[in-house]
Amino acid sequence: MTTATLEQKNLRTGLYAFMGAIAMLGLGYAAVPLYDLFCRVTGFGGTTQRASESEADMAARIAQSAGGKTMSIRFDASTARNVPWSFRPTQSTDTVQIGVRDMATYVARNNSSVPITGTATFNVEPEQAGKYFNKIQCFCFTEQTLQPGQEVNMPVLYFVDPAALEDEAMDGVEQITLSYTFHRAIEPDNE
Amino acid sequence: MATTAEGFDNPTHADHAHDADHKPGFFARWFMSTNHKDIGTLYLIFAIFAGIIGGAMSGVMRMELAEPGIQYLGWWVEFFGGTAEENANYHMWNVFITAHGLIMVFFMVMPAMIGGFGNWFVPLMIGAPDMAFPRMNNISFWLTVAGFLSLCMSLFVEGTGANALGAGVGWTVYAPLSTTANPGPAVDFAIFALHLAGAGSILGATNFITTIFNMRAPGMTLHKMPLFVWSVLVTAFLLLLALPVLAAAITMLLTDRNFDTTFFDPAGGGDPVLYQHLFWFFGHPEVYIMILPGFGMVSQIVATFSRKPVFGYLGMAYAMVAIGVVGFVVWAHHMYTVGLDVNTKMYFTAATMVIAVPTGVKIFSWVATMWGGSLEFKSPLVWSLGFIFLFTVGGVTGVVLANGGIDDNLHDTYYVVAHFHYVLSMGAVFSLFAGFYYWFPKMSGRMHSEFLAHLHFWGFFIGVNIIFFPQHFLGMDGMPRRIPDYPQAYAFFNQISSYGYHVMAASMVVFFVNLAYAFTGGKKAADNPWGEGATTLEWTLTSPPPYHQFETLPVIEDHHDYHDHRPA
Repeated sequence: MTTATLEQKNLRTGLYAFMGAIAMLGLGYAAVPLYDLFCRVTGFGGTTQRASESEADMAARIAQSAGGKTMSIRFDASTARNVPWSFRPTQSTDTVQIGVRDMATYVARNNSSVPITGTATFNVEPEQAGKYFNKIQCFCFTEQTLQPGQEVNMPVLYFVDPAALEDEAMDGVEQITLSYTFHRAIEPDNE
Repeated sequence: MATTAEGFDNPTHADHAHDADHKPGFFARWFMSTNHKDIGTLYLIFAIFAGIIGGAMSGVMRMELAEPGIQYLGWWVEFFGGTAEENANYHMWNVFITAHGLIMVFFMVMPAMIGGFGNWFVPLMIGAPDMAFPRMNNISFWLTVAGFLSLCMSLFVEGTGANALGAGVGWTVYAPLSTTANPGPAVDFAIFALHLAGAGSILGATNFITTIFNMRAPGMTLHKMPLFVWSVLVTAFLLLLALPVLAAAITMLLTDRNFDTTFFDPAGGGDPVLYQHLFWFFGHPEVYIMILPGFGMVSQIVATFSRKPVFGYLGMAYAMVAIGVVGFVVWAHHMYTVGLDVNTKMYFTAATMVIAVPTGVKIFSWVATMWGGSLEFKSPLVWSLGFIFLFTVGGVTGVVLANGGIDDNLHDTYYVVAHFHYVLSMGAVFSLFAGFYYWFPKMSGRMHSEFLAHLHFWGFFIGVNIIFFPQHFLGMDGMPRRIPDYPQAYAFFNQISSYGYHVMAASMVVFFVNLAYAFTGGKKAADNPWGEGATTLEWTLTSPPPYHQFETLPVIEDHHDYHDHRPA
């Protein structure tokens, strides 16, 4: 073996190894959208699902045949430290029939003297309920702007997927807590 | 061989390039070094230096924890130019745990294991004249030094405010502690330190992989390679695949902090838990990066001083490969309490426990190597025996912590601190000292004092056990980690733990006395001071080896096995 071929071989192996490192760097960044997708698909970490009207109708029909089992829903609200709003659910708990859609409302009031745009993050506890908790409409899908002193009612239209009845991880789950936290939307006019 | 970049090594003495022992002048030799042995020496000196600083920090922490209340932190706040008050004192504590962790992981264990012993002995053991990319080797080292300086600088700039300097974020640098809670530039310096050290290690890993794949002596197949080389090969792959993920995660942290991205900020749709996933996807392989080269060294040492080939060579090699592979799919056992559902916890519990199998294969194989061997209790073997025993203790508490259910109770308690110090400050560090005493005569050409090496061992062994064993009890009683103050109920075992530090520190004085003795009055080391059990290629060279070795490559013949590489 001549020296030149060893150098070429080394360069090739070194480049392969370095490309492996670069690929892992890319994978690290790819983890951001992949993690988001994973949570939305599997309900991991109590990520709730989004459903259309027709899916809700379908669920209601399935629920009819499954018998009228009910689920208690508890509503929770909080705000980030830099959001001077009062934010609370109009009722703290509600009992709904599984599969049947229900509307809950939250009330938010801007206590400051400037308009503030907020965006709500959400999840449910226990976490395995995430993939069965479907929202048809939610104030959390869009950003909310409140003028100084303005108070608004914000609805959530949701249902619990009857498939939850067949999941053994949901055995013994009698109450699901739906939680929202308002953060200041990342926008130039908020700074 | 042009692989040593002769022109750069010997800018003015090209005519002497054929002299194997010709060395360049001081500055060119130590600051522009392309020689794997010199770079290995630099790494070892650097690691010892960083180890003194990181070890002194743990001394400050142990003194503070010796009794309830805040005793010394205020003094340190004032030392760094602040005003001692409650928040500044607590922040100072966080800065200490952060710096201690980062220094010991990135600037002591890794440079010593991989940069130091890896650089010195991988080329010697495979019969290569040098590393594949000698200049890149130099860059790796100086990037590590630059990273260390960046970390040191972080101690002198704002962390949480003008009165609270330094990054108080833990070695894990979790968001949002590292984003909104530590707004000052100290965290940026700490992140930059990780970037630099990480880049150095990735380049080093590339170098090792290339060297081991392409530059083995003729006839040395992968299955005839010494186990230390195997361990560095597996470690290099772990570095190559894990560190870029850390780089990605901390770069996201950096942009979250400075450029308004929201990777880990829920306000913009991010998730702080994602940072933990990314960190531990790196962090778990990292703990094997710190221990695998130790496994390799212990395998060489146990075989040498038992005068037997290592038991189950292939099992030993592939156990390391298995540990490396499985190490990538167990990361969430560090985050059982973030809210994982029960199925996820079951998976991570089971996968984590699987790692105990290849680890057990290694422990039993070391014991089986010694079984019936002609044991000679020289200092390297004694340190290796300490390693095997203490690493096993740390492994047992690891299996306890692997259980998702038990971890809910023990998470972030002193039980965890005791566990990872048993595997690191006793596992990794014992193997480092074993390797040091094993190869010191080869590296320096001088013999250390066996008496002082044994004294060092017993002092260190007793000291670290007094430090860390009571911490199991503290953890079981619920004492949280990362706090400078605690209720009276925890005082007793904390006091004992702090006594242990003095014993350990005294033994380190013995270590340095031994070094001084070796360089002043130590006997000249023979080419092979350890007798017929030492059969790998480095023992066929002089002590210290010539500046350029293996100008004629050694040949591994058919009669050579994985154990004995000496020429017939």
